[in-house]
Amino acid sequence: MENGLDPAPFLLEVRGISKSFGAVRALQEVDFTLRAGEIHALLGENGAGKSTLIKVVTGVFPRDAGVVRLGGEEVEPRSAKAALQAGIATVYQEVNLLPNLSVAQNLFLDRQPMRFGIVREGEMRRRAKALLTEFGLDIDVAAPLGNYSVAIQHVTAIARAVDLSARVLILDEPTASLDRHEVEILFGIMRQLAKRGIGIVFVSHFLDQVYEISDRITVLRNGRLVGEREIASLPRLELIRMMLGRELAETTSARAAASEPRAREVCASFENYGKAGYVAPFNLELRHGEVVGLAGLLGSGRTETARLVFGAERADGGQAKVEGASVRLQSPRDGVRHGFGYCPEERKTDGIVAELTVRENIVLALQAKRGLHRPLSRREQDELASRYIKMLDIRPPDPERPVGLLSGGNQQKVLLARWLATSPRLLVLDEPTRGIDVGAHAEIIRLIRELCDDGLALLVISSELDEIVTYSDRVVVLRDRAHVEELAGEAIDVTNILAAIAADGAAMQEARA
Amino acid sequence: MKGLPPVLITAIVLVAGFALCAMQFPNIASTRVVGNLLTDNAFLGIVATGMTFVIISGGIDLSVGSVIGFTTVFVALAIERWGVPPLVAFVAILALSAAFGAAMGAVIHVFDLPPFIVTLAGMFLARGAGFLLSTESVPITAPVYSTVSDFALRMPGGGRLTAIAIIMLVIVIGGALLLQLTRFGANVYALGGSRATASLMGVAVGKMTVKIYMLSSLLAGIAGIVFSFYTSAGYSLSAVGVELDSIAAVVIGGTLLTGGQGSVIGTFLGVLIQGLIQTYINFDGTLSSWWTKIATGVLLFAFIALQQGLVALARRPVAKRAGAVS
Repeated sequence: MENGLDPAPFLLEVRGISKSFGAVRALQEVDFTLRAGEIHALLGENGAGKSTLIKVVTGVFPRDAGVVRLGGEEVEPRSAKAALQAGIATVYQEVNLLPNLSVAQNLFLDRQPMRFGIVREGEMRRRAKALLTEFGLDIDVAAPLGNYSVAIQHVTAIARAVDLSARVLILDEPTASLDRHEVEILFGIMRQLAKRGIGIVFVSHFLDQVYEISDRITVLRNGRLVGEREIASLPRLELIRMMLGRELAETTSARAAASEPRAREVCASFENYGKAGYVAPFNLELRHGEVVGLAGLLGSGRTETARLVFGAERADGGQAKVEGASVRLQSPRDGVRHGFGYCPEERKTDGIVAELTVRENIVLALQAKRGLHRPLSRREQDELASRYIKMLDIRPPDPERPVGLLSGGNQQKVLLARWLATSPRLLVLDEPTRGIDVGAHAEIIRLIRELCDDGLALLVISSELDEIVTYSDRVVVLRDRAHVEELAGEAIDVTNILAAIAADGAAMQEARA
Repeated sequence: MKGLPPVLITAIVLVAGFALCAMQFPNIASTRVVGNLLTDNAFLGIVATGMTFVIISGGIDLSVGSVIGFTTVFVALAIERWGVPPLVAFVAILALSAAFGAAMGAVIHVFDLPPFIVTLAGMFLARGAGFLLSTESVPITAPVYSTVSDFALRMPGGGRLTAIAIIMLVIVIGGALLLQLTRFGANVYALGGSRATASLMGVAVGKMTVKIYMLSSLLAGIAGIVFSFYTSAGYSLSAVGVELDSIAAVVIGGTLLTGGQGSVIGTFLGVLIQGLIQTYINFDGTLSSWWTKIATGVLLFAFIALQQGLVALARRPVAKRAGAVS
């Protein structure tokens, strides 16, 4: 915008932002613009780069390249505090206020009205009350903030940010823990603020809400800008296609022809299984030699389903059966005992132990299953390690190398090996191909097919629809924390899955309210 | 927090305990005993006031007992051996202890170290420095000391409110006002809520940390001077374990060990409870004085359990709400 004819068309203008963490390119040449008085949704699946973009703009992370202009002037805040002073305020899902202080203290911390070195408590409360009244809140401002609901805490955080003369307000998943009524209140406030000329960035994975409140949408995927659209000209299906992408399109043709309708034995079944506020009750049958894919957007209940199946989360209703016998799954230990394995999505934090060697990581689950009193001898450990290193082609083939030094794909294989060593009957894989380069990607998919042919039952979660289509015998589609559709055989293709995800959520919303 | 605030529970425990003791030994309910109780625990009240600030801010200060010990030796030697006027000695030791606390606070903030470790090092350092000055007890005979020791306000009933008890009461009241009424006090609570969040909200976390530990050490210095008045001597082994007594008083007074909640008044009540137990044991005459420690231990457990219960209670409605979202 250097022609000078159009002086400051954008309140916030982000151009060509790049950011890498080590070898991982979290953002590549991302552009983003925000007009005054606009509500702009920032969308993308997990790992798309939304949070990184926000943190780069607000100075939490330094950027590698690119410019940020606020009201036409270049800014480069070094910290969240500096960004706030420049006029960019962020309210995170976890409210960044102090629950132990009073509402009034939270609003005026470090800028309380003073007289003779003493805080004018009465004056502060009066001002706090007046400020919150503007936001439609009439509460006791002397009470600790922690006594109030998350919604009120959010509004308080927004009030504080706006009162600190914010021009740009970034709301990161503000509605994730609010009920329908509270969301309405928040939206009312957002509209009011937009009318006052504040630019609002709205990050959310609730598409209904995005369509309800936003003017424009920017979609990121894998750290790149996919597109920026006016909400009015963007059908829901198109939006979901933008978010999920079709990068593996070439490999789609390899759809397993092997899925002839064999009558397979049921490995584990779940009837009316669910947990209030977590996943709506579902029926799920997992058979030996079959891959069931779980598809849906972020937050649709995929990981939650996996955790219930494995026992990492307790169900509050329904019945689980393993090989026809009723079982109780109350802890991961129960899951392991019944021969389940679970490779979580957050490999780095929930899966591998980076400091331990490949061998130690592989024997971990088997040792835990056997108990402390029957240690695996070193020879058994070495045998196991070398068997799986060969079988899964873990590279480099060195059992004594700390896992942290391996590439993402090989870490994933080590994690697989750990569960395979326990000879499971059911393996749950949450995003097994996330953060893995393309070559390893194909290999993991091949492995999934092979394991399945060996008679294992597999439940696989993936955001890559093409990938799910490639290896799944059945696909369960989730939306708003409920299983909404099950596709099998010929019906499994990307278009059908997208249609199921995109099906209008109005009915669901009615139920929620 | 719903229901009774922890301070009120502490107050009820104190009143009930006092009533029980008075029933068995009616003489306990006299201004004479209460006056002595205040005098005997003056140094503890002062140092526990400082500890309250530290703990509410989410930290801990293990060095205060050693600072008291060092102060008594320093003051005794300065007055008796080096011929320094008492007032100058007092000013010097207060400056020294404040600087010591500031240094610990700076180390904690700059190197992002746990306060436990840093003040543990401070504890050894101050105790060792005290031994370096003198390993024996040094009596103080300066006239100031007898004047101050003799000074007391008569209370009805024959009790004496001594100078050091008055100093303690002034510091407790001053501390309570500082914590409740000033921006500094609000920031202490903010730090205890979450350092990261407080920093995001604009609190100068580094400066606050330095000031809080400086305040604690300064009050430990004052407590040391008061202790030297109380014993009329300086001894490097004095006040061993006082840091733990003061932590106990703070916790019994309803301050959350994890920080963010508490009050100076509660701490004062906690000090009085410990003093009351000691008094009871003195009256009884047959009990070992170690029963003080045992009773304090039991009370500590009870209060920590109570706090956990209150915290769990405060969390429950939130969890329910989160469950009702979708």
